[in-house]
Amino acid sequence: MPKLPAPPLPAPLRTPPPRPGQGNGKSGPVEDAKQAGITVVDWVDERTSLSGAARWMMFRKVPKGTNWFYTLGSATMFAFLSQAVTGVFLAMYYRPDPAGGAYESIRYVTNDVFLGQFVRGMHKWGSSVMVVLVFLHMGRTFFFGAYKYPRELNWVIGVVLLILTMVMSFTGYLLPFDQRAYWATIVGVNINGTGPLVGPYLSDFLRGGSEFGATTLSRFYAIHMLLVPGLIAALLGAHLYLVAKLGTTAPPWRKAEKRKELRETEV
Amino acid sequence: MPDKRDKHKSKYTLDRGMPGAFEGETITRRRFMTGTAHGAGAVAAASFALPALGFAFGPIFKSTPHRWEVVGNVDLFPDNNYIPVVLTVTPNIGEAGKTTVYVRKFNPEIDTDPYDQGTPYIAISSRCAHVGCPVRWVDASERFICPCHGGVYDLLGRRVGGPPVRPLDRFYTRVNGENVEVGPRFSVNSQLRRFSPRDPGEPLDGIGQYLYPSRPGAQKL
Repeated sequence: MPKLPAPPLPAPLRTPPPRPGQGNGKSGPVEDAKQAGITVVDWVDERTSLSGAARWMMFRKVPKGTNWFYTLGSATMFAFLSQAVTGVFLAMYYRPDPAGGAYESIRYVTNDVFLGQFVRGMHKWGSSVMVVLVFLHMGRTFFFGAYKYPRELNWVIGVVLLILTMVMSFTGYLLPFDQRAYWATIVGVNINGTGPLVGPYLSDFLRGGSEFGATTLSRFYAIHMLLVPGLIAALLGAHLYLVAKLGTTAPPWRKAEKRKELRETEV
Repeated sequence: MPDKRDKHKSKYTLDRGMPGAFEGETITRRRFMTGTAHGAGAVAAASFALPALGFAFGPIFKSTPHRWEVVGNVDLFPDNNYIPVVLTVTPNIGEAGKTTVYVRKFNPEIDTDPYDQGTPYIAISSRCAHVGCPVRWVDASERFICPCHGGVYDLLGRRVGGPPVRPLDRFYTRVNGENVEVGPRFSVNSQLRRFSPRDPGEPLDGIGQYLYPSRPGAQKL
């Protein structure tokens, strides 16, 4: 914010700016709180040097022409964070019991728990939002040429994150354990099984046996809430690190500005 | 990166003038310690990683016991039409562990295929051979019809239309006194030759039986 000019008062009427050590040795509660905050941050920073990392991560130079399309990656990350938070709280009520308990616990969350329908709705619709955002982010990266040298590895990590997001969608779909969830999973597992040679073993691994069994649901639940979120969080960290390290690309319609002395003289 | 340190050094500890070196020795103390630390780390990681992997992949190699279930009296099933019965494939998980099987008495005029001779009853699985939706026997058209993607099968469960890649699976049957019993599942190819049960979507004609191998967890009798 630009500083407002001082009002044109004669010198004796102007309030002098506060100086350190002034104020008759007294300080107000606001100043005390401010000072306490600074002390705590300093204490941590002196022992961790975290402020350097935070500055490195947050105060980066961005190219001219950076626009709203560049926010799709952060939007995807916030969709993931929303899924993580709502998922943790849904797990407080969910029971992966195929003999009716899973369906009953979802019914209880939806109908009886305070704000249960809302939190479950956030998780359910948020999953679709996350998939849509992942694809938009991927499209932005592709059409802006942001996958090119030196950012190829970040593209590869992004593809793995895309696959993991699909795994999350697939494993999460079974958990309500209604008719749609059950038959969609039967069909999905059988589509996995149509891969030659490895397919039959892959579908056996997913089901935890040759038939849909007692452990299939808990297996999907463990993959959905423990295995894949951890992998996504770790790869997301690597993804962000590379973005901060390599910087973002300018949009393809922006031409590089040459320095004046490097320009060819007109003939 | 070329390592200049080792360029002019002999690999023998004796040549390098190390104290306590003896003839032909190449392992320095540094090399020994590095190897030992890496080896111990690998053992420690493997000691929890391998059991966990075995735990997760174990069910693939576990063979399930064959179950025989009584589905009705011998007089219940005609030889020209199917009676649906509900079979428990996986016990103790409620509806999710059940499947519908269509049962009919063996009919020498219809069941002329050599593989079916000697079978007292024909039990056809309702699991579609496309991706596993439940098919329904439609009496009027004498067809099994799948609601998902339009798979159609004839009276013997052979595909006559739609995307399925093989006929409907079957179950072994036997007569125990006055009761018909239905046993484990098996898959058939288009000639109704019997194979160990495969998942839906896996063809069994030609090269299919090798591209989609049978699994230890599901074997025919």
